[in-house]
Amino acid sequence: MKKTFECEAKIENLNTATAFLEETLEEIGCGMKQSMQLCVALEEIFVNIAHYAYAKTDSSGKIIPDTGSGQMSLTLVAEDGKVYMIFEDEGIPYNPLEKADPDVTLSVEDREIGGLGIYMVKKSMDDITYENKDGKNILTLMKKL
Amino acid sequence: MLNINILKDGGKAVYSLEGRLDTSTAPQLEEAVNGNISELNDLSFDFAKLEYISSAGLRVLLSTQKTMNKQGKMVIKNVSEEVMEIFDVTGFSDILTIE
Repeated sequence: MKKTFECEAKIENLNTATAFLEETLEEIGCGMKQSMQLCVALEEIFVNIAHYAYAKTDSSGKIIPDTGSGQMSLTLVAEDGKVYMIFEDEGIPYNPLEKADPDVTLSVEDREIGGLGIYMVKKSMDDITYENKDGKNILTLMKKL
Repeated sequence: MLNINILKDGGKAVYSLEGRLDTSTAPQLEEAVNGNISELNDLSFDFAKLEYISSAGLRVLLSTQKTMNKQGKMVIKNVSEEVMEIFDVTGFSDILTIE
């Protein structure tokens, strides 16, 4: 099974992308826990792309989230007891796997929220690969069912 | 979709959440908490009907916990197995009081 969903990389399209994923997971009989992990992974990656992939920079080179626009796609593949989520965009080259993991042992006062999203994705998926090819960011997540 | 039911009695409040706490709905909870938090010393969240949480929801819980640490206590009740898994992975089960 292979299906692709395309949309403009905007937060407003997250709910439609989530519905697309949930519908497909239901079709293949995915369990509740894994379904939630896949939905969280979708949200974290989708939000990142929507905020930053096509963002413009100010005069000092600082990225301003939610500026600019462009397309993104999500392809779902289910085969051999595995689900793949492949995210593609043509924005700024960015490998989320290079982001340092947050320290999840710090106290409440010292905890910062940054980086938690991608960390949750890394912890819940069985494999993640990133490549930049033909001007595209291609991030592939794999989860065993 | 997130429904928030608030039972408030003086400095005590119970927030019962139903649905999804995600990027789209986290601002709704943040607003509902901020409306009362200055008066509270005992805040509970009932997660019995919470189906889903992402980092956007964790962000609101963390900032609320930081505030409540200065002025009282905060507990989270009836956490489902799926949501608990997220708390465990992110270390939130160590910094939140879960009953």
